[in-house]
Amino acid sequence: MIKLADVAKSYGDVHALGPVDLDLPRGGITALVGPNGAGKSTMLTIIGRLLGADAGTVHVAGMDVTTAKSRQLAKTLAILRQENHFVARLTVRQLVSLGRFPHSQGRLTTECVAAVDRALEFLDLTALQARYLDELSGGQRQRAYVAMVLAQDTEYALLDEPLNNLDMQHAVAMMAQLRRAADELDKTVVLVIHDINFAAAYADRIVAMTNGRIRYVGSPREVMTPDVLSDVFDTPVEVIDHPTHPLAVYYRLS
Amino acid sequence: MTSHTATDPRAAAASHAEGWWQRPAALFVFGGITLALVVGSLFIGVYDLGAEGGREMFFITRVPRTLALVLAGSAMAVCGVVLQQLTQNRFVSPTTAGTSEWAALGLLLSVILFPTASLNVRMVLASLTAFAGTMVFMAILQRIQLRTTLIVPIVGIMLGAVVSAITTMIAVSTDYLQLLGTWFMGSFSPVVRGRYEILWVVALVCLAIFLLAHRLTVAGLGPDVATNVGLNYRRVMLLGTAMVAVATGVTTVVVGFLPFLGLIVPNMVSLLRGDDLRSNLPWVCLGGVAIVTSCDIIGRLIRMPFEIPVSMILGVIGAAVFIALVLRLRRTA
Repeated sequence: MIKLADVAKSYGDVHALGPVDLDLPRGGITALVGPNGAGKSTMLTIIGRLLGADAGTVHVAGMDVTTAKSRQLAKTLAILRQENHFVARLTVRQLVSLGRFPHSQGRLTTECVAAVDRALEFLDLTALQARYLDELSGGQRQRAYVAMVLAQDTEYALLDEPLNNLDMQHAVAMMAQLRRAADELDKTVVLVIHDINFAAAYADRIVAMTNGRIRYVGSPREVMTPDVLSDVFDTPVEVIDHPTHPLAVYYRLS
Repeated sequence: MTSHTATDPRAAAASHAEGWWQRPAALFVFGGITLALVVGSLFIGVYDLGAEGGREMFFITRVPRTLALVLAGSAMAVCGVVLQQLTQNRFVSPTTAGTSEWAALGLLLSVILFPTASLNVRMVLASLTAFAGTMVFMAILQRIQLRTTLIVPIVGIMLGAVVSAITTMIAVSTDYLQLLGTWFMGSFSPVVRGRYEILWVVALVCLAIFLLAHRLTVAGLGPDVATNVGLNYRRVMLLGTAMVAVATGVTTVVVGFLPFLGLIVPNMVSLLRGDDLRSNLPWVCLGGVAIVTSCDIIGRLIRMPFEIPVSMILGVIGAAVFIALVLRLRRTA
């Protein structure tokens, strides 16, 4: 499980996060939602040990992320940041293969090759695997990054806006695949997501944040109410009941 | 689910990383061409090898000179590729990151402080200043918010200019200006038996970089991705910088500056074969050897029996190739 205790972070004078406490159980999909600047990405990046917290502790699968061995952590936890720009000219396959680095230190075993094949297959990239990243569309590149995280084959996967740049078809496919990863491969997925309706449709838990604080934690049905959403997003939100999941409607002010 | 994006067939054909340049045969052919250049270098010169003492001359000057070309050429090209990975910038190389200038400062200081010191001592001092200077460059880069493609090499060039100005000032006030001019004008003509052997150190450095190649490829994706896959980014950064500093320090002491080599060779290889470092390294080495050897041969032939320093030829050819590369990179970027 993921356990945060009294975690806080400021950038200079700007207060970004906390102090927050959060316990996320193993398994399932957790969606972090909230307005811009709520601290979602900061919290995710701290859990993924890419950013140090000013105070508090973070444990993932019993390991303290600031003191545990980076190589050991890399086999348990994978994180994908929102902005990824690589100067290196790598092919999709080469990039995804680098996800196997924690397991093989660069010398791919047959198991690694199989994991890379699976990740490529999973994200519909098999046909594009020999292409260079700089020749792909934004959405294809985004899928390649997620494939790299999947190839890492960790129990926990943290993804910051994995739906970035994806069109409708691929956004739905991506969420369905993450759902499959959680259900079939028993992964714990935590993602920052902007589209609250995707969170409602696919997540097991929604964590709503504003101003660096956690405001609500609950199942989609619990969080997807007009009162909660209007409060969190500071804009009027209606919720319509759809047979499979609640649907937020917020496009017009009147 | 199918990909809905229409692909330009021309782009698809050109982009697949399975082209001619990926085949082992290509490396073989290119290796053959490079070998021919190297062998050619052995037999080009003013001294008639058939004359009396030709055999001795062959082993006193031609063989050392050619070995120096091979070692220095591959070292500077490999240094370029390592620095480019570490800074994630295609326009960084030992001569645009200030590394060479710092090595020159160290060399001058060694001449002033230890006038009787051996070449080895000078080399150690040059490597140390090169390391310190490159770390200063890296530290400045980490503090810059706006790391655009062009800012990074500009910072390096400015830093190099400042250091080189200080070096010149010290040289003027200690009457070493002339030495500075002749020493750093990259040239292989003074390379003879007994003056180049230290260059074998760079062969070790190249070997170490080959062993570190996968890590450097990962580091080339930036600190976040590197940390995510469990790489100790800072350690790789330090190791890579140290190796570049040693190779640059040694090369500067023995032959002087070799401009553009670390810039054009890695970029040409990257355009043809992408950036998988491990499989690229033989290409980078061969490319460095081929270019520096060709330039040295041209320098020896143009005004026979006089010689034009290799750095001058490299400067002219390198600048032209570099401009072509910049235009090409802009189109593909």
